[in-house]
Amino acid sequence: MWQYILKRVLLMIPTLLGAALLVFLLMHVVPGDIALLIIGGDQGGDINYQEVAHLREQLGLNRPLYVQFLSWIWGVARLDFGNSLWTGAPVIEEVSIRLPVTLEVAIFATLVSSLIAIPLGTLAAIRQDAWPDYVVRVVSIGGLAVPSFWVGILIILFLVIFFRWSPPLEFVSPFVDPWANFQQLVWPILSVGYRYAAVTTRMTRSTVLEVMREDYVRMVDAIAHRDIPVVQALVLLTAFVFVVINLIIDLLYAWLDPRISYR
Amino acid sequence: MKEGETALASRRSHPVAVDKGWVSSRAWPAIKKFILTKPLGAAGGAVIVLMVLAALFAGVIAPYDPIAINQRLQFSPPSREHWFGTDEFGRDLFSRIIYGARIALFIGFTASFLGSTGGAIIGVVSAYLGGKTDLLMQRVMDILLAFPLLILALAIVSVLGRSIPNLVLAIAIPIIPRTARILRSSALAVKEQMSVEAARAVGSSHQRVMFRHIIPNVMAPYLIMLTAQLGSAILVEASLSFLGLGTAEPTPSWGLMLSGGAPLYAEKAPWVAIFPGLAISLVIFGFNLFGDSLRDALDPKLRHRQ
Repeated sequence: MWQYILKRVLLMIPTLLGAALLVFLLMHVVPGDIALLIIGGDQGGDINYQEVAHLREQLGLNRPLYVQFLSWIWGVARLDFGNSLWTGAPVIEEVSIRLPVTLEVAIFATLVSSLIAIPLGTLAAIRQDAWPDYVVRVVSIGGLAVPSFWVGILIILFLVIFFRWSPPLEFVSPFVDPWANFQQLVWPILSVGYRYAAVTTRMTRSTVLEVMREDYVRMVDAIAHRDIPVVQALVLLTAFVFVVINLIIDLLYAWLDPRISYR
Repeated sequence: MKEGETALASRRSHPVAVDKGWVSSRAWPAIKKFILTKPLGAAGGAVIVLMVLAALFAGVIAPYDPIAINQRLQFSPPSREHWFGTDEFGRDLFSRIIYGARIALFIGFTASFLGSTGGAIIGVVSAYLGGKTDLLMQRVMDILLAFPLLILALAIVSVLGRSIPNLVLAIAIPIIPRTARILRSSALAVKEQMSVEAARAVGSSHQRVMFRHIIPNVMAPYLIMLTAQLGSAILVEASLSFLGLGTAEPTPSWGLMLSGGAPLYAEKAPWVAIFPGLAISLVIFGFNLFGDSLRDALDPKLRHRQ
């Protein structure tokens, strides 16, 4: 087991390095010179090329590409992603300011979606090809079709028009005022969560369907003479374990990659 | 599962040969059967047909010029003259949504076609050649798969710049590894068949084996991936335009219509924020319903995956 985990972790390294190389190359095939952009700004006009050359020197843009890549990778390994070319602030700082909010929304959206998805998905699978299955499938396919950003707009629209209420604007940390924090984040959590619920419902449905086809479920079914509560409980528990594992993976993934989008 | 396995097994043992008369002789009964057995899929297909018609005949259907500005009409509510109302520039929303179907469908179709076809070629070649080539190609695909679809598209379009061809490319590239992975495993299964081995043994060229035996047998998963990616390609286009990295004003793109003033003026003119979102949701809903049923109909084995 440990050997397997170690192997998987080691296999991740070339993939991650490749991803880093891809991002790096992608950013360096940009037509246009960042130094020229910074100096020229929006006005254009006369550009002092000596100044541009000086800035390129300062930013290290005149070094060979592989040197730039290696120095960047060495920084990334120490969690130093360099400084923003525009604001000059370290990139890691810019990211870590936003990280807690993203994490909070990601974690609660996953929880909310599991609360909706596990019962619905299980219901659809148990009543496969009957009306509850059709309803759940149409609703979950519909959920997938509705963009989160639009649901966000609609939520604000209805809150403002019908309840004359808008969430407090300035971000409040949950450790300072949990109620104010809840009022702010419940809407983003719902608008991300419902869409993820659609994905998880489909996953739960297919997992439960697969589990129901396993031999031991059929055996239980036969022995218990269609003892529906037993079958349901077993299937639900097994599916629950699967979905919880998926949830943990998703949480870990969301924790490792704050930019994760639930598609 | 039992049924699915036998269906797949019977198809595997009788590889489909290239048959030019297929479309005329078998397409109509197949379509009829699809409508009867998959009503949800047929409903999705109807939505798609409706959208395609709207896109093709936008000039005839739309009552107004989608980019004509008329400040006197700013934020007119829905009325008999302007069914969906007008936006902050007094442009007719209904006409903009009809023309928007062109952008959405054009980008959706071209991006998912390019992406799935590129992925299919890579997947099939990778499976057929095997060995080091396969390993290398799959690692490259792994690297591309490490990025969520929207994030990779966003990075590519921010590098290439905003234009419709760049947008198509930016959405097609992240689709490649997703199709390549599925098509590779399908092609590997076909490659192991006796018929392919026999064809090689009697001296068929690689080209002949590829075109007569492998490609016809991976058409089903290819079509499934193609339709499955259509909805997400349209969603990514809408998301990119919403984020200000997709199509540029005054192009009538649904995502772009939601970005600009829509959330700001929502209280005053909610129709500006409602109708374009409905259009996006409806077309993706149609493609997803259709794609789902097509998957069920073409490949029972895949039915319970995803």
